[in-house]
Parts: sequence; structure tokens; C-alpha cells
Amino acid sequence: MTNSAVISVTGLGKSFGKLEVLRGIDLDLMPGEVLGVIGPSGSGKSTLIRCLNMMEVPSSGTIRFKGREVSPRFRGRGEAIGTGELRRKVGMVFQHFNLFPHLTVLANVTAGPIKVLGEPRGEVEARAMDLLGQVGLADKARAYPAHLSGGQKQRVAIARALAMRPEVLLLDEVTSALDPELVGEVLAVIRRLADTGMTMVLVTHEMGFAADVASRVLFMEGGRIAEQGSAEDILRKPESERLRAFLARFHA
Amino acid sequence: MTYHWDFYTVMQSFDLLVWGVWTTFLYTVGSIAIGVVVGAASCYARISRFWWLRLISRSYQELFRCTPLLVQILWAYYALPMLLGISISNATAGLLTLSLYVGSFYAEIFRGGILAIDKGQREASAAIGMSGLQSMRYVILPQAVKNMLPAFINQSVIQLKNTSLLYAISIAELTYMTSVVTSETYRPLEAYSLAAVLYFAMLFPLTQVADHFERRMRRSD
Ligand SMILES: Nc1ncnc2c1ncn2[C@@H]1O[C@H](COP(=O)(O)OP(=O)(O)OP(=O)(O)O)[C@@H](O)[C@H]1O
Ligand SMILES: [Mg+2]
Repeated sequence: MTNSAVISVTGLGKSFGKLEVLRGIDLDLMPGEVLGVIGPSGSGKSTLIRCLNMMEVPSSGTIRFKGREVSPRFRGRGEAIGTGELRRKVGMVFQHFNLFPHLTVLANVTAGPIKVLGEPRGEVEARAMDLLGQVGLADKARAYPAHLSGGQKQRVAIARALAMRPEVLLLDEVTSALDPELVGEVLAVIRRLADTGMTMVLVTHEMGFAADVASRVLFMEGGRIAEQGSAEDILRKPESERLRAFLARFHA
Repeated sequence: MTYHWDFYTVMQSFDLLVWGVWTTFLYTVGSIAIGVVVGAASCYARISRFWWLRLISRSYQELFRCTPLLVQILWAYYALPMLLGISISNATAGLLTLSLYVGSFYAEIFRGGILAIDKGQREASAAIGMSGLQSMRYVILPQAVKNMLPAFINQSVIQLKNTSLLYAISIAELTYMTSVVTSETYRPLEAYSLAAVLYFAMLFPLTQVADHFERRMRRSD
């Protein structure tokens, strides 16, 4: 099982000073899997997902990408994969979009392939326009981020991540900063990605959406995976009292 | 008492003042150019992850920011050669001191501009695989430069005025040349008034540019 996992995490621990945020996390992410991560605030969801692309450097344990150990350095040594190469293959979308405000929408999407992958501009731009079309923003290619709505910004951010042709996409509460009426358009894009077989890790407070697209759901609490299983089992038939209480707050 | 203005006599020596303006300009541009390089290096050292680089950079900055420039100039010209046992020309001592002095201020202006950029920008560029340098070049600096510009220009305006302190080590910049003209013509009022006008003519356009950028920045916020 382990050898076919895209990302494989063993004994992952993370502390900020004395604060232990993650403890002994074991996790295998399989190709094509959409993994939902839920849990109360402060349970370590963001920290976990940020460890997967080394945005946070783990305090203990190992992370492997396709069997190769991940190094916290930009360039890996020997067999190890460095963060530079890792992040080309594991994309990330942020809660607050973090678009580059000094670049047009198109330049935001093409920056990675052109500067990082060194691909020819013409080719990259054609692909970027195609991606912008897929997220419904082809007409905004020449606009600057400041002129977009939150939902449009987040769709650009998704296109920017996809332009790198990642094998895994990490999404951390990507709809939490959006006005309620804009959430749907972003979720629709993610759902379509899930349908195309994109491997994703999705931290979310949208339980209904998690139930809908996630093939597996982790419930985190106190830095551990407290419960996990199919979306159906976790969200509709929770076993622990804590999970039931947690879910009850969302259904209320 | 009515003073009888006599610009005619002073104008006879106008070429000396022009020479002074030119020298002032050269020292300003030269020290700004070197200062930018030194400031960038010092700024980079201050945000580096090596504590000893940060310490060196910090010490340099505080040393130059917390002692008077005139003392630095005199020290570099009169004391430093004694310490090193070599001779240093007034031009070298002057240019070096001015450059290091302005560099210490530029470093903090650069650092402030970089730190003002949201850390999400650093993360977003890292997330698409950019190295620290690429992120700096394509994402952080293009945004930071705009923030730094007004403070940078203001510091450069001060820098041009500071070149007048080179007078103390007999460098032929505008203030020094004005004193030469004064002693030749016995017309200090006309000579120094003219010098003031020349300084003003050089600096006024610069301050206008700074204001322009400041206004534009405030609008874009
Ligand atoms: N850089 C950091 N330095 C210090 N403490 C941190 C840092 N990042 C996170 N923490 C702490 O780690 C704990 C877990 O944070 P994390 O962001 O992973 O939680 P989360 O499950 O994503 O919560 P939320 O649902 O609010 O986003 C929190 O107590 C948080 O304050
Ligand atoms: Mg979080």
C-alpha cells in the first residue's frame, strides 16, 4: 500500500516552541484520492497540510513523495526530494488567495511555469488561457487582482496552482474568506477537479461539500487523527462523542 | 543701511560655482550608487538566517547612523590613515564615508519595504516552487520598490545636501567653491545666496518626484 501512495506520512510531529501542534500523524494519500480534513479550530489542520509541501518543517517523522524522502532544503540531496521540486508537484491554494497584486491575472497564472519551469511563454500563455476558461475567467486575463471579487480571486489562485500541472493539490479552507454567495462558484471548480481525478487534500468547514467530494475524511483533534473513514461513515455515522459534538455544531 | 548688491563681480567667477555644482553632483551620484549596493547587502545580511551576519550588519548601521557625518568624514580623512599607516586622498575618504553613511539608511529603507509585504506573498511564490531569490526578484521586490521609493528619494535629497560637509576636507564641491569665490570677491552675501539658489534648483525637482510617488501610493492603498 505504502509504495503506491503519492504522499506518505509517518510519525509526523510538529511543535511551535513548547506547543505541540501535531503528534504522531500517519497518513497515506493515494492517487486520485480526495482527502477531506475536518476538525475544531486549532486542531492542527493547517499545520498538517502545510507540512505536506514543507511550508512548515516537521519537528519529527518523515514525509515521502512517491517514495522519496522529502528534505526541508530547497535542493534535495541524493535520493531526497527538495522543497523546490516538491512544490512544483504539490500545489497549494490559500484561504486568503495570496495572488500577486502587481501582476495581471494571466501573469499570475503564467509566473510559475515561465520562471520556475522555464517553459516558453507562448505555450504557457495558451495553456493559462485554457485554464482561465475552465474556471470561467477568460475575460479577466488582463485584469489586476484588485479588480476581482473574492470568488474570482480564488478561482485565479486555483488556476495558478494548476498551471504547474501538479500531481497533488492542497487546499486550506479556500472558501472561508468568501462571502457566502461566492462560495458556490469556487466549490464548483473544485468539484470539477475532483471529477477529473485530481489528487487533493481539502481542509474545510463545509461539511456538506466534504461529504460530497471527499473519498475519505479525517477528523483531527488535539494534533492527532481522532477518527477517519469514508465521508459517509465519518459525517453521517460518527463513532466518537467528540466528533458527534463537532458535527452537531455545523448542522445546527 | 542699504546694501548695494553686486552680482556682477560674483558672476565673473561663475565657472567656479559651476565646477562646484558638477563636483557635488558627482559625489552625490557616486555615493548613492555605492550606497545602494552597500545598503542592499546590509539589508540582505539583516534578514539572513545567520546571526553573525545580522550582528555585523546591525553594528555597521548603528555605527553610521549614530555618529555625526562630519565626524565620520574627518575621522576617515585624518584618523583612519594614521590607524592603517597608509595615505588616503580626500576624494577617497569623502566618497567612502558618504557612501557608507547613506548605505546605512538605505538598508533600513529597503528592509522596511520588504517587511511591509504580506508574508502570504512569500508563501504563494514558494508554493509554486520559486526559490528565495526568485521570490525576491519576481514577487517581493517589484511590490516593495514602490513602497520604498518616497523614503529613498528623501534620503537621496538629504544626501546631496550632506555633500556640503566635504567642505571640511577641501573637496571642491559647491559649498567649498562658494567659499573660494567669496574669498576672491569679498562678496559672501551674493556668493552664498547664489549657492543656495543652485542647491535649490537641484533639489526641488527631486522632492517633487518624491511627493508624486507618495501621492500615488496613498491613492493605490
Ligand atoms: N507559526 C506558528 N507559530 C506558533 N504557533 C502556531 C503557528 N502556526 C500555528 N500555530 C498554532 O498551532 C495550533 C494549530 O494551528 P493550525 O493553524 O494548524 O490549526 P487549524 O486546525 O488549521 O485551525 P483553524 O481551523 O482555526 O484554521 C494553534 O494553536 C496555532 O495557534
Ligand atoms: Mg487552519
